[in-house]
Amino acid sequence: MNFVGEENILEVNRVAMTFGGLMALSNISFQVKRGMIKAIIGPNGAGKTTLFNIITGSFPPTEGSVMFKGLPIEHLKAHKIAKRGISRTFQTVELFGNMTVLENVMLGCHTRVRSSFLSSGFQLPQFRRKEAQVKESAMKILKFIGLVDKFNHPADSLPLGEQKILEIGRALASEPELICLDEPASGLNETETYVASSLIRAINAKGITVLLVEHDMKVIMNISDEIAVLNYGQKIAEGSPQEIQNNCRVIEAYLGSET
Amino acid sequence: MLRIGKIPIAVFALFIIAFPWVAHEIPSIEHYPDIMIFAGIYCLITIGLSLLMGYAGQISIGHAAFYGIGAYTSAILTVQYGLNPWPCIVIGMVISAVVAVLVGAPSLKLKGHYLAMATLAFGIIVYIIFNEETSWTGGPDGMTGIPGLNLFGFAFDSVEKYYYLVWAFVFAAFIFTVNLIQSVTGRALRAIHVSEPAASAMGVDISRFKILVFVYSAVLASLAGSLYAHYLNFINPSTFDLFFSIKLVIMISLGGMYNIWGAIIGAVFITFLNYEWLHYFEELEVIIYGAILLLVTIFLPKGLVGTPEIVKSWFRK
Repeated sequence: MNFVGEENILEVNRVAMTFGGLMALSNISFQVKRGMIKAIIGPNGAGKTTLFNIITGSFPPTEGSVMFKGLPIEHLKAHKIAKRGISRTFQTVELFGNMTVLENVMLGCHTRVRSSFLSSGFQLPQFRRKEAQVKESAMKILKFIGLVDKFNHPADSLPLGEQKILEIGRALASEPELICLDEPASGLNETETYVASSLIRAINAKGITVLLVEHDMKVIMNISDEIAVLNYGQKIAEGSPQEIQNNCRVIEAYLGSET
Repeated sequence: MLRIGKIPIAVFALFIIAFPWVAHEIPSIEHYPDIMIFAGIYCLITIGLSLLMGYAGQISIGHAAFYGIGAYTSAILTVQYGLNPWPCIVIGMVISAVVAVLVGAPSLKLKGHYLAMATLAFGIIVYIIFNEETSWTGGPDGMTGIPGLNLFGFAFDSVEKYYYLVWAFVFAAFIFTVNLIQSVTGRALRAIHVSEPAASAMGVDISRFKILVFVYSAVLASLAGSLYAHYLNFINPSTFDLFFSIKLVIMISLGGMYNIWGAIIGAVFITFLNYEWLHYFEELEVIIYGAILLLVTIFLPKGLVGTPEIVKSWFRK
């Protein structure tokens, strides 16, 4: 169904993370092939968001490495990783509420605009041209995600469903090769969830690799090519949606074991 | 609210241009243009500082030091080495920029208000240097004989001429800053202010932007210091003490730090308090500044610029 290539765009190798004495992740390894939709699931506190934060550079792992397109990125800062081509959304919406919908997406283009202090201060023609280009490509993205009518609204005036969509749009603006979505459907009603999962499919159809954390099993089983399951900071299973559905360790982790 | 309209800027410009003519006609405010020169000099500092505090969310309690570096660079190079004042102003700005990188970079790479602590210490150190390096700075007695400014044979030798010179600089800095706020840089700064994790995930190099703004504010403060020195022709260390740094913070808080107009309004208001309206209180002055800061923080968190909003909300009730 998707154009999954052979090349591993992302490789997580034996990653461990401890906070003080608390072991949040231990010995996690998995690969993401270019072009696929890969999901990471697991009960609350399994370490999914921690793993996301490591991949996108919020903090380095205690041990292990993260390779993106064959190069190690685990010690790069978040903004450098963004420039390499990984973009993300957040579990709790982290939009710039005081900016308009359009400005939020324009900020997403940040990696592509050389922002010179002097040229923007003096409003040099070269700067104006770039600003116009950025605006145009941001509008294109708003069309793609279906929020073009609301381009001038403050971001925090949108309902949650649209805020989540806008966050995805902002992440797309940097033209990433890998997009990491942290619970894109959490807090959404059924219609909104449907819109969000169609959008994820459409993003993937553009050739962007998707890595997502999600709780909504319907979404996961519908859209992902491969699933990795975490529990208590360890990977307990990995495979296709069918394999995961029938995996007894996964069922045990979610429902508890029969005595 | 974030868009800064062209009309208010034009109205403001007309007011500034007309002010000396009007003041000249009314005996009781005849000396106001002189005070407005100092207000303009302070505006240069507060414009940069409000970008730092309101947009980058960082506090500096050491801007008097950059103001002093500008003033002393101009004074030392013109008085002791006989250089033309204009390059001295630029040299002062360059020195301030370099010093700002050295002071700001280590603390701005950390999260939290480390810049406030670093600049506090830095301000005190610089103040001590001004006092103790007597052979360069003249020590507590200060320096006299600093030349005035000329441009292509035109001397800025009267209050009116210097008034227009200073306010021309203020306008240039104001417009440059407004452009900055409404561009990639401003967008990045506003993003940092709302959510650092999201901003850095979008590729914004947070510490780089904070350092840039800090350097910019230091350069403007340095320019202000040079203009001060060449106007008064005399400087001494007490102008550049810790209390002045705090006064700058009061100006911005009073005017409103989330709006660049606040920098102008706060600076002008405090200058008039300082030179005109608070004379009778003498020693009690400090208490009044404290009270202003306290009242503004409690009742006007957005400063004087925010009052129309508050008044509007009263009427809605």
